[in-house]
Amino acid sequence: MGRITLDKVRKAFGEVEVIPPLDLTIEDGEFVVFVGPSGCGKSTLLRLIAGLEDVTDGQIRIDGQDATRVPPAKRGLAMVFQSYALYPHMSVRKNIAFPLKMAGLPQAEQDKRVTNAASVLNLTDYLERRPGQLSGGQRQRVAIGRAIVREPAAFLFDEPLSNLDAALRVGMRLEISELHKRLETTMIYVTHDQVEAMTMADKIVVLRAGNIEQVGSPLELYKEPRNLFVAGFIGSPKMNLLDGDEAARRNAATIGVRPEHIVPSATEGPWQGTVGVSEHLGSDTFFHVHLDGRKEPITVRAGGEVDMHHGDRIFLTPDESRIHRFDAEGLRIP
Amino acid sequence: MATQHSRSAARVMMAPAVFLLLVWMLVPLCLTLYFSLLDYRPLRGTFDCCEGLGNYVRFVSSSAFQDSVVTTLMMVGGILVITVIGGILLALLLDQPIFGQGVVRILVIAPFFVMPTVAALVWKNMFMNPVNGLLAHLWRFFGAEPVEWLTNVPLLSIIIIVSWMWLPFATLILLTAIQSLDSEQLEAAEMDGAGFFSRFGYIILPHMARAITVVILIQTIFLLSIFAEIFVTTGGGFGTRTLTYLVYQRVIESQNVGLGSAGGIIAVILANIVAFFLMRIVGKNLDA
Repeated sequence: MGRITLDKVRKAFGEVEVIPPLDLTIEDGEFVVFVGPSGCGKSTLLRLIAGLEDVTDGQIRIDGQDATRVPPAKRGLAMVFQSYALYPHMSVRKNIAFPLKMAGLPQAEQDKRVTNAASVLNLTDYLERRPGQLSGGQRQRVAIGRAIVREPAAFLFDEPLSNLDAALRVGMRLEISELHKRLETTMIYVTHDQVEAMTMADKIVVLRAGNIEQVGSPLELYKEPRNLFVAGFIGSPKMNLLDGDEAARRNAATIGVRPEHIVPSATEGPWQGTVGVSEHLGSDTFFHVHLDGRKEPITVRAGGEVDMHHGDRIFLTPDESRIHRFDAEGLRIP
Repeated sequence: MATQHSRSAARVMMAPAVFLLLVWMLVPLCLTLYFSLLDYRPLRGTFDCCEGLGNYVRFVSSSAFQDSVVTTLMMVGGILVITVIGGILLALLLDQPIFGQGVVRILVIAPFFVMPTVAALVWKNMFMNPVNGLLAHLWRFFGAEPVEWLTNVPLLSIIIIVSWMWLPFATLILLTAIQSLDSEQLEAAEMDGAGFFSRFGYIILPHMARAITVVILIQTIFLLSIFAEIFVTTGGGFGTRTLTYLVYQRVIESQNVGLGSAGGIIAVILANIVAFFLMRIVGKNLDA
């Protein structure tokens, strides 16, 4: 079981309020991702849940029990750190067994659980090595192994993939997702990478300056961003935001349209412009189009093998049904 | 940069310094070796060659030699134990965020800057004096008979004095070691359910192993040649005659340069043996 409830949780370092009072419920078995730009308080929030930071006000409940003043070890949570935080002088086996040893489990039980975790994570051949002799991905798996042997109520991940190279990151992303499917344990995952958030989460929590901007499934956030911040943050490449007459024509202060919802054409369309830089990815092509009379270029997705080049005239047709409208405060107009 | 040409140029330029160092080291060593083979007693005017190994045999077979070796080991060992354990505790304490941290740290380091002679004199006259010393006053305050430190427990007194001088060194090095520990490791251990003592034993202490090794090695080298502290307190009496002090007595007080030189060479050999075993025992920590 791992149902975590935050009730008006507030955190201040001296005078500075990092997290204003905040409510959030994380259901048992959910994969929740905290996402936001750096400095938005997502790591602090995770550390509050872990118990590594003290809550200034409010209450944290785990499975209905008040855990606000419970020390970290007694909360039944396991954490994977950004730097992995492996113990460098212990072998992989001892690293994984450390929480069990601290819990005072009998040696036979320790060995059984370590062997299990090692086989799940493909670490069996490396059990006698030191962390210093492992690659980044293997260290990451050891850190996860150390977390899963405890059979915690919930896993906490603090930007676990940010030290890995791009290829490995994609692989580990899949592994963590599969682990979640198999264990069906609550996982809370902190990242600044919206791709990680979109691909892994059941529920995304978008944070800005300690405030929750929106909570929802990846597709909800993609389809109906509640405000300009979420609209700009979720989706890759970013949503195009236009103000001025185009927005006014649609009774909004700002309109947003995603690159994939604009159809480019060489001959006809309501918006006209010139092709700037184009990025050919094979499957897709992204054109940066300078619309006539606008400074900021907008991004347009075209099929993989569109024959248009720098300086060509281009006509664009936005999909009117998928244009997002925002008012002067940046809130969504339904 | 390490082309063939620049490397040979570097060698040429380093040569004078290397040569000077060699002369600096080798000439005194060779002279000592040479004197140790002579019957050289300046005050009596004897300067006879061909003593052979007689000086060595005489030095080693005297009862003073064995006593001095035991004294040296006890002194060095005692000081090492006190400074390493005390250093770890002080470092743990100083690592905590406290008011006036910078000032406190400088104060802790201060004893290291006091000259050995001065430190020993201050301790001898201001602390350990059985009539006027601060410790005597303290003892009397609690109604106890003041301890005559340098008369009754001379070895312990010197160990305390030297430990006081070397504690800052150990503290400083161990403090930097503690500060270089990744705080996420401690947090991970905390989440894994390790209490303070487990965290200390499983995470902090292994992390400091290398620094402790360095402290032990460096201190041993310097502590084997303690002299001033003994000279100004007990003058080598009451069982505080270390090997270094014995060599001094043979050369200066007995005016027997040949015998003293032999003792010096033996001291060098013994120090090397100690260093060798130390490296074997604790040097493993330096590889990891």
